[in-house]
Amino acid sequence: MVTVSTTTRTAQDLAAQARDVLGVSRLTNHALTSWLHGLPGVDQVGCEARAASLGTRSIKTTSKAWAIDTAIGMIDLTTLEGSDTVGKVRSLCAKALVPDPLDPTTPRPAAICVYGDMVATAKAALGDSGIHVAAVATAFPSGRASMPVKLADTRDAVEAGADEIDMVIDRGAFLSGDYLTVFNQIAEVKQACGTAHLKVIMETGELVTYDNVRRASYLSMLAGGDFIKTSTGKVQPAATLPVTLIMLEAVRDWRDLTGSQVGVKPAGGIKTTKDAIKYLVMVSEIAGDDWLSPEWFRFGASSLLNDLILQRQKLATGAYSGADYVTID
Amino acid sequence: MPKFEYAPAPESRAIVTIEKSYGLFIDGGFTRPKATFPTVNPADETVLAEVSQAGPEDVDKAVAAARRAYEGVWGRMSGAERGKYLFRIARILQERAREFAVLETLDNGKPIKETRDVDVPVAAAHFFYHAGWADKLEYAGLSASGADVPRPHGVVGQVIPWNFPLLMLAWKIAPALATGNTVVLKPAETTPLSALLFAEVCQQADLPAGVVNIITGDGRTGQALVEHPDVDKIAFTGSTDVGKAIARSIAGTSKKATLELGGKAANIVFDDAPLDQAVEGIVNGIFFNQGQVCCAGSRLLVQENVHDQVVAKLKRRLGTLRVGDPMDKNSDLGAINSKAQLDRITSLVEAGVAEGAERWSPECTLPAKGYWFPPTVLTGVSQTHRVATEEIFGPVLSVLTFRTPQEAVAKANNSAYGLSAGVWTEKGSRILWMADQLKAGVVWANTFNRFDPTSPFGGYKESGYGREGGRHGLEAYVTTAPSTLTGAAR
Amino acid sequence: MSRLDVRKTYKLYIGGKFPRSESGRSYEVVSAAGEFLANAAMGSRKDVRDAVVAARAALPGWSGATAYNRGQVLYRVAEVLEGRRAQFVEEVAASEGLTAGAAGAVVDAAIDRVVWYSGWTDKIAQVLGNLNPVAGPFFNVSAPEPTGVVGVLAPQASSLLGLVSVVAPVIASGNTAVVVSSAARPLPAVTFSEVLATSDVPGGVVNIVTAQTAEVATWLAAHRDVNGIDLTGVAGADGVDWAALEAEAAGNLKRVYRPALADGAPVEPDWSADPGLGRIRAFVETKTVWHPKGL
Repeated sequence: MVTVSTTTRTAQDLAAQARDVLGVSRLTNHALTSWLHGLPGVDQVGCEARAASLGTRSIKTTSKAWAIDTAIGMIDLTTLEGSDTVGKVRSLCAKALVPDPLDPTTPRPAAICVYGDMVATAKAALGDSGIHVAAVATAFPSGRASMPVKLADTRDAVEAGADEIDMVIDRGAFLSGDYLTVFNQIAEVKQACGTAHLKVIMETGELVTYDNVRRASYLSMLAGGDFIKTSTGKVQPAATLPVTLIMLEAVRDWRDLTGSQVGVKPAGGIKTTKDAIKYLVMVSEIAGDDWLSPEWFRFGASSLLNDLILQRQKLATGAYSGADYVTID
Repeated sequence: MPKFEYAPAPESRAIVTIEKSYGLFIDGGFTRPKATFPTVNPADETVLAEVSQAGPEDVDKAVAAARRAYEGVWGRMSGAERGKYLFRIARILQERAREFAVLETLDNGKPIKETRDVDVPVAAAHFFYHAGWADKLEYAGLSASGADVPRPHGVVGQVIPWNFPLLMLAWKIAPALATGNTVVLKPAETTPLSALLFAEVCQQADLPAGVVNIITGDGRTGQALVEHPDVDKIAFTGSTDVGKAIARSIAGTSKKATLELGGKAANIVFDDAPLDQAVEGIVNGIFFNQGQVCCAGSRLLVQENVHDQVVAKLKRRLGTLRVGDPMDKNSDLGAINSKAQLDRITSLVEAGVAEGAERWSPECTLPAKGYWFPPTVLTGVSQTHRVATEEIFGPVLSVLTFRTPQEAVAKANNSAYGLSAGVWTEKGSRILWMADQLKAGVVWANTFNRFDPTSPFGGYKESGYGREGGRHGLEAYVTTAPSTLTGAAR
Repeated sequence: MSRLDVRKTYKLYIGGKFPRSESGRSYEVVSAAGEFLANAAMGSRKDVRDAVVAARAALPGWSGATAYNRGQVLYRVAEVLEGRRAQFVEEVAASEGLTAGAAGAVVDAAIDRVVWYSGWTDKIAQVLGNLNPVAGPFFNVSAPEPTGVVGVLAPQASSLLGLVSVVAPVIASGNTAVVVSSAARPLPAVTFSEVLATSDVPGGVVNIVTAQTAEVATWLAAHRDVNGIDLTGVAGADGVDWAALEAEAAGNLKRVYRPALADGAPVEPDWSADPGLGRIRAFVETKTVWHPKGL
């Protein structure tokens, strides 16, 4: 059973809070630019070296078992295809409820992640299991639509029962320096979420530089995001260790600055247990223990679940397992 | 108790076979062990093996073997053939990489993560790089005139320290052999084992007898080697005091020397530095190899307006540094190499506190046996404190502040040493201006402790003279004096 | 009853794979003594076109690799070549009409030549680059960079030693190569491409097209996506006018490495001589960067 922290915020509250954090009387694009561009820069080589070095941690035996189970519990099991059907979504939900029929001790993922028009199907299939339904919204994945359309997209998902909303930021606005528009859009979507918790997808592959990832992280947290998320999974590169490292530093420093804790979700391209464990090491050593739960860290993934189950089976039986021993969703 | 506990992840010792005792490697073979003394594992004080103390007669024999090999074989061999021997050695080091990494960790006390990821691969890379120079020396810009091939000295005596035993051996032997010299090398008395295993590599590569000779022993052996009349050139890495003694002993002779000595590097952090990476650079600068590095960033010079922020980030970062069993793959910091070194570090830190510095270490459990010192940060340090002027050679960072770039330069240069320096800022022009001003042989900007065989390394002032690595590093191993060989080949 | 051997098929080497010529043609290769050796693929202009595409695709990875990495790969080429010494001795002896002893010396020299170039990769910048002491508060450095995709007309006579002597310097600095092998003696080049394919050389870094030089050389010389051309192989090639090739190359100002000349006519160089840096220099560009020094 996943619990997430969330409070209803209005866009007005968020703007007021932002003025307070920045120490300005009016939230202008100029004020946001000064604040974001005043953050310390990121040296690419140094950042990537640190991420690589954390990747050499050797996680074995008991710590590996713990990590596998923790990682499973952090998965947002995802299907986001144009070809999704009711049948496909039900099958995915069944997989979330019984990840490994051979081993009932296997933990369940935190959530299912689907398009907004599949929320009702997912909700019905998951019943009162406690597994959340996350919906992508705001003209996912491109975000290229008018605000009324994006808000309608969000409300539909919320009304259908989504516990969590994964929105996309307007990368065009961000890259052209219109931070105020990005802020306002996030704040309005947060308001439309009501009690649903909001993940903000920054699409780091399109932001390209680590400096941009840092700035987008801060902007997303300022505007009310409960989680910052790397990617839609539809653009390469999706989640990477260095990008996630920057985001973990951001949420750590944000809590020091404001007292408020924000979660992190890398999504896309995380396929193996080895990868997942590297991410958990990074969470532990960069942000700290407080983030090591599904409440504050998620993996956006689909095939990762089966690889974690295979590794879990190997730890249990001592033998390498294979595709015939995990179910497809 | 952390949520994510890392279970022990020990590297296996099984891959390496350590003999009970070792003789000296002279003229292509091992002598019988005699006058032996123990070498211990600093992590737990257990004895690893007995090694021989080479006396003056042994030094004589080794130098004579090197001389015979130079005159008879190596000094006459074509550069291309010499190069191929070095390529073989490089390849064998790569093939036996895990074995060397484990042995080095056991004998030195540094973490297996470092020997595996840095010491051994960089040592192999040094041999590869220099193998390629052996038949290209006329292109290196070292000739007296025109396209002459520069000539080797002959027999080179080399004395190396205990902090990077195999890597320092590579830094010494590779250029010496590439340029056509033969070698007598003395490893440090507390870390002889990787050099003795290297002797096996020479045998596996079919290196002609006497081209490389390895003699173990303490300072007396080193002195005998350095003072030996038939050694043409000396290469020494170690303390400044011994370096000065060597410089005095060769005065008035025709012997050449290069010295790579101590340092007290300033790691300078400006207010516009990429702060998180700067903190990593500070950590790497002073805690890599337990701070037992001549070019360690042992003085943090932080711009006063970001001092508190940087120190806070640093302290938080040190909370995840893992101190413990060097053979555990997750250890970041290992043991101090010897009791003597541990005592020295301890007494200098006590002096620092007595001088008024504030001492801080993250919580860590140190093993009961072995030589251990926790990573330590001394804040409130001033330029005149002993902990700001003397080389501690341990995991101890002294933190000072500065206001302007000129003040940073002045404080950084205000030292008898001049080996290395670090500069952290996003501003390119300031990096280049600082690099011009800093009196240091190596300047690292927005990085630290990066080593590459193509990149020359060495110091200004009392950090020594001569460079190792790169095209410039070849200079010390060649001479414009006429060859002593009759009918010498290229 | 003696055993029938399985004969090798000699194909092109493009993009790391071994396709037949898109033209479907082949031609007879005979030994120096006139005996049938094999049917080699007869490469066409389209094969050359495909090779250029492959070389261009491989360029960012190869030129972006560290010099150390390129050196490791080239040394591995030497290792694999040494391992196949006997096969090459036989092939070179048959192709060039040499005794086993002479062919052995040639193969040894070819291996050593590859070793020589493998040791150059991480030194080129140190020998050809430098800081410039400009009269002002500026950091100024000149450094060599690879030119790009380089076309190479391999020597007609020296089918292995000559071949490696023209290919290795091109790729050591980070260029990728499209090589037209010797027309009459192409077989060692094909076997050499098998060595490349098993030595961690990324596909497309070297592409070898066996062909009639006169038929394909013009297409290579005129190709706008080729940045340099080595005309060594015009010496002894039937129906090839190297001046015309150089004129074609001028269409996009390719860097041209002219053939060696004796009495005004192209000749094949003495491959046993010290190569020097000429072939490396010919295919690098010098980039100069300025940056102010100040507070």
